[in-house]
Amino acid sequence: MGRETPKQQQQVSYTVEQLVAVNPYNPDIVPDLENYVNEQVSSQTYSLDANLCLLRLYQFEPERMSTQIVARILIKALMAMPAPDFSLCLFLIPERVQMEEQFKTLIVLSHYLETGRFRQFWDEAAKSRHIVEAVPGFEQAIQTYAIHVLSLTYQKIPRPVLAEAINIEGLSLDKFLEHQAANSGWILEKGHVRGQLIVLPRNEFNHPELKKSATDTVPLEHVTRIFPILG
Amino acid sequence: MAANYDYEEAPGTYDDANRQDLGYDPNFVPDSVKSFVVHLYRHIREKNVYEIHQMYEISFQTLSDRLFKDTPWPSVDAVAHYVDNDQVFCLLYREMWFRHLYARLSPTLKQRIDSWDNYCSLFQVVLHRVVNMQLPNQWLWDMVDEFVYQFQSFCQYRAKMKNKTEQEIALLRQFDQAWNVYGVLNYLQAFVEKSNIIQILEQEKEGGEQFTATDGYDYSGGSNVLKVLGYFSMVGLLRVHCLLGDYQTGLKCLLPIDISQQGVYTSVIGSHIATIYHYGFANLMMRRYVEAIREFNKILLYIYKTKQYHQKSPQYEQILKKNEQMYALLAICLSLCPQTKLVEETVNSQLREKYGEKMARMQRYDDEAFAIYDELFSYACPKFITPSAPSFEEPLVNYNQDAYRLQLKLFLYEVKQQQLLSGVRTFLKVYSTISLAKLANYMEVDEATLRSILFTYKHKTHSVDSDGKIISNADVDFYIDDDMIHVVESKPVKRYGDYFLRQIVKLEGVITDMDRIKLE
Repeated sequence: MGRETPKQQQQVSYTVEQLVAVNPYNPDIVPDLENYVNEQVSSQTYSLDANLCLLRLYQFEPERMSTQIVARILIKALMAMPAPDFSLCLFLIPERVQMEEQFKTLIVLSHYLETGRFRQFWDEAAKSRHIVEAVPGFEQAIQTYAIHVLSLTYQKIPRPVLAEAINIEGLSLDKFLEHQAANSGWILEKGHVRGQLIVLPRNEFNHPELKKSATDTVPLEHVTRIFPILG
Repeated sequence: MAANYDYEEAPGTYDDANRQDLGYDPNFVPDSVKSFVVHLYRHIREKNVYEIHQMYEISFQTLSDRLFKDTPWPSVDAVAHYVDNDQVFCLLYREMWFRHLYARLSPTLKQRIDSWDNYCSLFQVVLHRVVNMQLPNQWLWDMVDEFVYQFQSFCQYRAKMKNKTEQEIALLRQFDQAWNVYGVLNYLQAFVEKSNIIQILEQEKEGGEQFTATDGYDYSGGSNVLKVLGYFSMVGLLRVHCLLGDYQTGLKCLLPIDISQQGVYTSVIGSHIATIYHYGFANLMMRRYVEAIREFNKILLYIYKTKQYHQKSPQYEQILKKNEQMYALLAICLSLCPQTKLVEETVNSQLREKYGEKMARMQRYDDEAFAIYDELFSYACPKFITPSAPSFEEPLVNYNQDAYRLQLKLFLYEVKQQQLLSGVRTFLKVYSTISLAKLANYMEVDEATLRSILFTYKHKTHSVDSDGKIISNADVDFYIDDDMIHVVESKPVKRYGDYFLRQIVKLEGVITDMDRIKLE
């Protein structure tokens, strides 16, 4: 879901990763970490460790906290779903800050995604365009998450359910489906009564027979018990 | 001498100094104490680790019980001349002195600050000078453990601004570096770095170094102090990060230690328990319930089997307390993530006894259930802290509960999101296939809502592990084909391999017995 990608970044950000690894408990690196957040936003990369480091430093010196930066961190964390990054960040943000309007909205958005309420999510996101448009790649990231959940759940999914989950309809959806069929192994079936059915790729979660079972593996230490007998 | 995590300090409104002065002469050194410091000093100089351990663990405890039940030990100035005024010994003595104070009495602000100074001096010596000592692991663990405990205690104390006296506020302003969060974290980090412990552990895996094999002790004439302090500091960092609510980083700090194996962390029971307790708790907060259940299960079984050997130890109470807390956490994990195969028989029966009824109620997810989640979480969680400096502006408030309230709130929020899942689980256990329409009808929701619930079930039961992989925790699973739900129940697998192994051993036993019988 797009975690650390230091290789794609410039020289400056590689040094930030080093700072976080080697000297994280240092108030002087706050500006570097803040710049790094903005860089993650503009270059569509992501580093949870660096962002947690910054949130910690804000916790140590609350006067230095920039709510704009914190909001950006939270949006990036939301985009990392299904990873629990959003809650990990919330654990470090004081309650009174979480009560502010923009954070309450983000928490509501997270809640909708956590509980599979995709239609409500897209409705709310539409109302808060100024928040979510601030971070490029937001829409695609959430659509990726939605498809992830659908792939855990469905073998064959009706078109309207898919459309609602990823917020794409009509001709755009047709194009999207063609692209997925060509590149991701989706199969489009002509549905009977209910319209088009999309067959999602097989995985161990929607096709239980594919589950690799650690069935009758016996650990070596147990077998060594009978070596004296066999020998 | 182990840190008492739950030591609730008495309110700082009365004059602590007075209470301690009653019948206490810091300069009076009983003969037994003189003998104690003289012998301990000699053993440290001669690197007799076994004797040091006996004196540290047993003699110190005995003397404390006999002579210093509710007063401090003699001051370091009074004993210094018995030990050649040795700087390092005096620092070590003072460390024990303060630990005793925290355990038996209520430290004043001045004493808290002095203890911080002592740790700074002691740590500077270890970090920057070549220290030629071998100290028992128990002592080195206690140092790190107590250091973090006193930090936590100070944050709790400092956050209660409401009834602070003028002098206390003046002292707090003046000594704002004492128990500063940056200082605490940087000392622990410095130990990890300066000791090179991470590289040592890496090289040990490839056979290049000896550390775990010698329990951290140095048998080539050197000192174990820096290395072992570096090692235990990794656990210390895990603990501090949990207190701050940063579980991801906490677990990262512990990564160099392989908890699937024995190690130096298991050489001291206090360290073993502290490591697994915080590891499990961090995983719980990161929703990695299966991982938490696995580790809690292992340690609870271990404690069950070995606690009798620690009955006389000063850590016994602490062991029992952590044991109870981990059962509570296990109850929480299993209620949020039901599993059938992960908990060992003995542990399971203990769990049923302590929390069987509560677990049944938790899985109903009604108001009473949330109250029980709240109760268990509050009982078992670490003592979270607010690390920032207090505001000295009027009105002075107590904010020592803020950190805990936030963690609790977010935890209950997560529990609430799982509210509708136990209902689904019940139905899934009964049907092998059922249409969305029918299930929606039974659950008295519309189809769109049912879909959301099913998505939630899938999302919450499939967690992301530390490598980013998706792992299913679902005991009952399903998939949907168009509008039909197909239930998949994971059947317990017949373990033929285990069965044959057991029978082979048994048969061998019978044959051996038969061989012994002499026929008349």
